[in-house]
Amino acid sequence: MADLKKWHELPIGGVIDKPATALAYKTGSWRVMRPIWHEDKCTSCMMCWLHCPDNSIVVKGGKMTGIDYEYCKGCGVCASVCPVKAIDMEPETKFLEEAE
Amino acid sequence: MAVNLKQLAVEFEDPNKIGITSGHRLCPGCAAPMTAKMALMVAKHLGYDVVVGLATGCLEVSTTIFPYSAWSVPYIHNAFENVAATISGVETAYRALKKRGKLKREKPIKFIAFGGDGGTYDIGLQALSGAVERGHDFLYILYDNEGYMNTGNQRSGSTPPGSYTTTAPVGKKLPGKPQLKKNIVEIVAAHENVYAATATVGEPIDYMNKVEKALNFEGPSFIAVLSPCVRFWRIPNDAAVSITKLAVQSKYWPLYEVEKGVYRITKKPRSFKPIRDFLEQQGRFRALLSRPDADKVISMLQDYVDKRWERLLALEEATKDKPAR
Repeated sequence: MADLKKWHELPIGGVIDKPATALAYKTGSWRVMRPIWHEDKCTSCMMCWLHCPDNSIVVKGGKMTGIDYEYCKGCGVCASVCPVKAIDMEPETKFLEEAE
Repeated sequence: MAVNLKQLAVEFEDPNKIGITSGHRLCPGCAAPMTAKMALMVAKHLGYDVVVGLATGCLEVSTTIFPYSAWSVPYIHNAFENVAATISGVETAYRALKKRGKLKREKPIKFIAFGGDGGTYDIGLQALSGAVERGHDFLYILYDNEGYMNTGNQRSGSTPPGSYTTTAPVGKKLPGKPQLKKNIVEIVAAHENVYAATATVGEPIDYMNKVEKALNFEGPSFIAVLSPCVRFWRIPNDAAVSITKLAVQSKYWPLYEVEKGVYRITKKPRSFKPIRDFLEQQGRFRALLSRPDADKVISMLQDYVDKRWERLLALEEATKDKPAR
């Protein structure tokens, strides 16, 4: 609470004066199911990348390289649009120990 | 130029370049950010800078919660009803400044307005009609989730018959909303010198080609995108894309475009599925399907979509090479 800005320090009318500040808000904590990417099956068709509502599919030079778990909400759209089933959805509880 | 996915993936390797960034608070699996990101990527790929206007709706409230903004492109929000009027003002200001030589930039700017079905079919209809009539050079993208989903599933002019909403619930007397969905593309296409089309996130290439055509069209353009609400369509989080594919196959959402009065169906499925398949996949129709008079509503809807498809085919034939202006 201490580092909150005072009312007179805020922009007038609550206007957001910097772009893309939402990047500071990590939506990955919402995730219940975690997408697991299998590199061997992936053909880099880019369908998951195109559909991902949270821009969480990481690509490099036209190839898929992984999933950004910082923002991934675990909706599973990537797994459902994948034509070769290279993404599996697994419950987040499986990874609890790993995180600790 | 047909859209090349690999090329786009290389160009937008840095996701912050797309225009809508991660960290927005739309529901998991929501189709609205897909609608927005596909359009923005095409616009930037074509070499345009983009200014976005948003009507009040899910996309607006979830991407711009103070002090966070998920937009890395210039963005303007005014009120629920007037996104078309707002963006036409911005577009006019741009043209005026350019005419007086006060803009020292080479890159052309395109103006895209996003509105939900509440802000388009109902509340923003007259602002949209006015902006289209005045002939501003902008693209209006409607993400149609068929109800006021942001405030908790109230009926809108876009809600299909038989669907459960809090203001038209399926009860003892009524099987949900009794009226048919408003045909917004026909309303916009009835204006002069306009490009209007339907699209959906389930057919991304078709959608992105339409965005390209709309941006290059001189004058107002409009794309209605069927964009499921996973929450109130009562579908699984990952079903937004597959359900819209089914909507196209069942003629519920025919993909077509109207350019200056000339109709063109952009996707003709080889075989069709009954509308019942589409309804059964969604929880919002569950209450309807358990009623004894469900068949009446479903056959009415089936009859309607069949007739509309026949009409579209006839219109395509009749308006071939006969642009209105």
